[in-house]
Amino acid sequence: MKISAKQKLVKNLFSKKIRMIPTRDGYGEGLLVLGRKNPKVVVLCADLAESTRSQGFANEYPERFVEVGVAEQNLAGLAAGIALTGYVPFMSSYAVFSPGRNWDQIRVSICYTRANVKIAGGHTGLSVGPDGATHQALEDIAITRVLPNMTVIAPADAIEAKKATIAMAQMEGPAYIRLGRAESEVFTTEKSPFEIGVAQVLASGTDISIIACGPLVYTALVAAEELKKKHKIKAEVINCHTIKPLDVKTITTSAQKTGVVVTVEEHQIHGGLGGAIAECLAEHVPVPIRFVGMPDSFGESGEPAELLSKYGMTMEKIVSNVLDVIKVK
Amino acid sequence: MPKPVTEIKELYKISNEIRENIIKSLEKAGSGHSAGPLGMADVFTALYFNVLRHDPKRPHWRDRDRVILSAGHIVPVWYATLAEAGYFPKRELWTLRKLGSPLQGHPEYHSIAGIENTAGPLGQGVSVAVGMAYSLRHFAKSNQQVYVISSDGEQNEGQTWEAVMFAAKHRLPNLTMLMDRNNIQIDGATEEVMPLDSIRAKYEAFNWHVIEVDGHNIKEVVDACNQAKAIVERPVCIICHTIPGKGVKFMEGKYQWHGKSPKGAEARVALRQLRTMGGKISVIDSE
Repeated sequence: MKISAKQKLVKNLFSKKIRMIPTRDGYGEGLLVLGRKNPKVVVLCADLAESTRSQGFANEYPERFVEVGVAEQNLAGLAAGIALTGYVPFMSSYAVFSPGRNWDQIRVSICYTRANVKIAGGHTGLSVGPDGATHQALEDIAITRVLPNMTVIAPADAIEAKKATIAMAQMEGPAYIRLGRAESEVFTTEKSPFEIGVAQVLASGTDISIIACGPLVYTALVAAEELKKKHKIKAEVINCHTIKPLDVKTITTSAQKTGVVVTVEEHQIHGGLGGAIAECLAEHVPVPIRFVGMPDSFGESGEPAELLSKYGMTMEKIVSNVLDVIKVK
Repeated sequence: MPKPVTEIKELYKISNEIRENIIKSLEKAGSGHSAGPLGMADVFTALYFNVLRHDPKRPHWRDRDRVILSAGHIVPVWYATLAEAGYFPKRELWTLRKLGSPLQGHPEYHSIAGIENTAGPLGQGVSVAVGMAYSLRHFAKSNQQVYVISSDGEQNEGQTWEAVMFAAKHRLPNLTMLMDRNNIQIDGATEEVMPLDSIRAKYEAFNWHVIEVDGHNIKEVVDACNQAKAIVERPVCIICHTIPGKGVKFMEGKYQWHGKSPKGAEARVALRQLRTMGGKISVIDSE
């Protein structure tokens, strides 16, 4: 597999010793950097400071941390009010609650208002495992990307999450960042490029485009390696960390070259990254697509890896979808 | 900063003018809420012509007091008051709810000078106002006041109480809620749809200071706002007892006028009654 040198990925990409850190930790680190650099950044949390990793900021900058209690609708409204006085609020909770429970407040008080609010949704995908379906956010990309004025980011690892957090504060307007609870492979480095709205071609290939977001980007890389070794298929792997605005140029260029696409995400197959890619390609480069993701179902209790396996978000599933779609090329 | 109007008679003339413009703008719009805006005209007059530290010529002035309208559907009174105060030309009022107009059916943040928030879905503006008050006090360390206009019907929304709890936790001294207690909501009387009594006891139990006023007695409203400024240990809720549709006989107290606008002849009767009320009986123009 041709890994792009430009992307400066870790050297031990496929080693068992690769570092494992949850993306939420990157968010916490990003907040600390912002705390030091930008006195306008403030953080709000709805009774989940430790598990959303806002606690570090709260310890360092207590005068800029606001504990809201279990009240996500108010969380969004307060953040909007704070933004309208010139500050840059980050509001943290679990994604099932925010943007889940407070979607209307995000729609009106934040997006329609163009309030400069940054929303961090934790415990997304199946990463919350044993807590079960109520806490597994599998619809958050769909409900945020449909909102006008919103930017939607799903970082692939902890280092990218840190960069994304910092970049969100530098842009003007509402933005959502999707974070995971479970440990996941750290495969990018501090030197890897990151820019909101610019997808990264991590590995170039000519037979299939695998477009992924979140920690499953790593699984997509493993699948690409498998495809090369076992099936002599050259896969292009794209880290589409920004779902909105979508990097139309990178996506269409790749689809034009390869002619078939598989999307990969820890989210419902409807309305998420796959939906965004399908909308884009249907308009610009109509090619066959397969979607790897949650198959229109609620989750259940179990370990994250067990759940990913049961619901089909694995390397094997990516490979089988590639083999299937490549036949209709 | 304009000088506060202190003559009560003068303030009533202004509120009557605002009521006339509410009727005219709603008639031209062909839809919209009538009862609430008419009922709150005196409260808005008290705020913009006496209480507020603001400057219509500098709507973005950093040190201004903020008015947040949470009961977004009564926005015609906000538009008419802002125009009366000189934030924008009155001719804009005649574009209410029309395609391309900055005067949206429910307020949109900064769509026109003086509109400080977006609202419509109830409960949201209270949170936004609380966030602003917290930010101005704790982050900006300023002493600007935040006035949030709420309504009795809005107390049905759970979000309102989330915000009320937060404001009490931080004892926000720069936050004043003016609640339109007009006893109606879309489906009927508030006490039938979802009883609120005693709303005073509820706010006091949540550690707010409560003042009750006749919402049509401008002097009482001004005094209550001044008192609220002096109360520094907790947020203040001023319950403004109002008559929905105030000034127009066939609308007064009728929940049926919550969500509709007067049509041609109705508007002419309404204007005639308002002009009589203001002591200036005149020929009704045909506009």
